[in-house]
This record gives sequence, C-alpha cells and structure tokens, in this order.
Amino acid sequence: MSGPSMMPQELLLPVRPGFIFVTLVTALLANLLPWSGWVMWLAPDFVALLVLYWCIHEPRKIGFLTAWSLGLLMDIAEGSLFGEHALAYVILAYAGMVLHRRVQRFSMAPQILHVIPLLLFTDLVVLLVRALAGSDFPGYAYFLGSVVGAALWPPLAHLLKLPQHPRPDPDRV
Amino acid sequence: MEHTAPPLFRTGPTPLARLMIFSMLSIVFLIADARFNYLTFLRQVTAVIVYPLQRLAAAPAAIGGHISDFFVTHSSLRNDNLRLAQHNLELARETQQTRALQLENVHLRGLLTAREKLAVPATAAEILYAARDPFARKVMIDQGLQRDIEAGRPVVDHVGVIGQVTRVYPWLSEVTLITDKGHLVPVMNVRTGLRAVLAGTGDDGRLELRFIPLAADFQIGDRLVTSGIDGIYPPGLPVAEVTNVERNTAYLFANITCKPVAGVNAHAQVLVLGPMSAAPQRPEETPAAAPQKKRKKS
Repeated sequence: MSGPSMMPQELLLPVRPGFIFVTLVTALLANLLPWSGWVMWLAPDFVALLVLYWCIHEPRKIGFLTAWSLGLLMDIAEGSLFGEHALAYVILAYAGMVLHRRVQRFSMAPQILHVIPLLLFTDLVVLLVRALAGSDFPGYAYFLGSVVGAALWPPLAHLLKLPQHPRPDPDRV
Repeated sequence: MEHTAPPLFRTGPTPLARLMIFSMLSIVFLIADARFNYLTFLRQVTAVIVYPLQRLAAAPAAIGGHISDFFVTHSSLRNDNLRLAQHNLELARETQQTRALQLENVHLRGLLTAREKLAVPATAAEILYAARDPFARKVMIDQGLQRDIEAGRPVVDHVGVIGQVTRVYPWLSEVTLITDKGHLVPVMNVRTGLRAVLAGTGDDGRLELRFIPLAADFQIGDRLVTSGIDGIYPPGLPVAEVTNVERNTAYLFANITCKPVAGVNAHAQVLVLGPMSAAPQRPEETPAAAPQKKRKKS
C-alpha cells in the first residue's frame, strides 16, 4: 500500500554521529550570521530546524541533552533569557521523537504540514516565556521565520540525505 | 511476589520523563536568570564556548567589507577627500571657538569654585552583529572583560548616544540600544533646558518622551542631549531630535516622539565611554553620614 502521499522507502547507510555534529554546528553558525532588517524576520531558526530533522530521522543518535545545550548556546548568542530557547528546543525534540515514525512515512508535502505547526509551537513557547518576562508582542512577522523554515524542509532533507546514499558498486553489473 | 520481566534493552527514562526533566531545568534557569540574576558565571562559561562561533559567523561580513574597501574607485576617494577637507575646516573653526569657550568656562568655573569636569576615557569597539532577538534591540561588540568594560557603560558613535552595555562576557559585550523597549535615558532639551526621560519603544528609529505635561515647551526639531543626572551618561551627549508633538487635552501628558540622532543601526565603529567621574554631591554626603555611625557605636 503506497498511496501518493507515502514516501518510497529507500535503504540508506547509517548516519555518522560526526555528520550530525557538523550539521548542528553549521546551523548554529547560520543563526549567528549578522542578519539585519527585514531579512532578520524571514530568516528561520536553523538550529530548531536541524534539531527537528535529526529527532525525526535519527531519534536514537540525538538526545534531549543536545537540544537543550544548543538552546543554551542560542540564548547566550542572542542575549535572551537563559533557558528560553533551551525549553523551546527540548519541546521540539520531544515532538520530533514522538512523531518520528509517523512523519518518516509521509512524502514531502504532508511532512511540511507536520513541520509547520511544530515550528510555530516552538515560537509560541518563546513568545509565552517573553510575555511572562514582560516583553511586548513583536508583531505577526515574528512567525514568518517558521514558515520559511518549513518551506526549506524539502531541500534540507534532500541535502542531509546525500551522504547516506550508498555508493554505486563498480563490481556489480 | 511480583516479578516483572527485565527489559530487553536498557533505554533509560521515557521521552516524556526526559522532557519533564529538561523542561523543569529550563524553567528553573529562566526564573533564576530573569528574577535573581544568579547565573552570571554559567553565562560566562557558555559565552566562552559560543565565542569562536560568533567570531566565525561575523567573519564573512568583515571580509566582504575589506573587499569592497579594496575596490573603491579613485573618484569616490577624491570626493570623500574633498568633503572631509571641507568638514575639517568647519570643525577647525568650531574647535577654535570651543577652545575659547573652554577657557572662558574654566575661568568662570574657577570663579564659582565648581569642580572641573574630567574628560571621559573611552574604548573603541566594533559591532559584531545585531542580536537576532525580535523582542529586544541589542548588539554585540567585540570588547569585553579583557578591556575592563563593565555593565552600565554608555556607548556612543561619532554623532551621539547609541546605548548602554548591559552584559559583559570575556571578549564580548552586549549593548542594549536606546530604541529597546524599556531603555530610559535622562535628557535635556537644548533649547529650553527642560529635563525629561526618553524611553525606547522597541521600534527602530522611534523614541518617546514620557510624562511631559501638556503645557511643556517642546517643539518639532528640538534637540535632546543627555542631562547627566543619572550618573551613567555623561552630560551633553546628543541623543535625539523631536519629530512630532501631539497635545491631546483628553490625556494628562503630551505625546512626543523623537528619532535618535546616532546611527543606532548603521555604524560598525563605536566608543564605550569610561566610568563617569562621580556626581559632585556624593563625596559631600559620605563624610556627613560617617560621624553619625561613629556616635552610635560609642
């Protein structure tokens, strides 16, 4: 039974933990780039996106501790409250791990429909924490980043799977 | 006796339990940081870990800047040179006037036996990046504890005040801009000498004068400078210009909006001013308070 919304299952090589580490550090770097002006509103939270991706695809190789520590690093880099992103990423990691069997089975379009609400929910957690700390609502443009992030999901998934494709064996006909 | 089969795989706590543990930990951190400021040391340690990444992420923009510097055309350089020479002449004229005024001022102050204002030392710094926090207006600069920068130091560019250092890390500091919501600067209207408090709104390029009576004399185009009564910003630094004055008799206070004169978002080079010489009243207060204590003891 493979409907149009089902992903054709491929046999992939196992992911190396080093690769996961490198992608996460790259995402952190991308978040730290000097975004400014309206691009800042459009720029997705790459770390959240990567944490979600790895929690869905390799829930055994990435844990809550990784997500939480990345959140703390982001908090320092952004100068926000200590623990704000940590809380958001931990919840995101949990959602990814719970839904990983389900999401993996879907093709890209339904996968995006899973990713958008999760990223928006992460935004809501941060918003709630800041509201409790006394900040104003920054405007609806605040949620744009997550929509852009969800739109980046298909190319990201394709890119991250590249090293997992088995090399064609020259000895086989 | 109850026997449960030993688990086949050792998996540790369930994901839900882990979620709870880490969420609680985050919430404890949040409360400790927001309410009690307990986590300064932990913040410093984490900041050291992020530092290389921050420098690395800021590098492409810096390299881009160097490359575009290299390809400056001859004509643009000549134009710049001409403009700067003219500017220099104007400044020289102003400096001469200022010198005369300074001499006069010293003389008058001497007559009044007032304390002389000390020149404020300053540290040059460069803005690395603007913090990607949609709730606040902050920038990171490349000088920190290693140059004895402290929280509370005012930060200016060549035109006026841009903000105040709020957190210091080993090689970085976080500067909250005057446009940040909740940032206050005590100011004075240059034209009338009226003092007021200038508050950020969270919008780039918009500041508000709060609690100004309807009848107060503020006009569009008035220039606001720091009044220096807070002991943080040295007096006389340009801060903002009044852009709109709205007097609605339905409200108690006038609605006055201003725009910052300094390039709050534009400049890469800034100066972190040194500690301000203490306010003149304080040394007089302490000796007055000390004898009283002694009397109580004896």
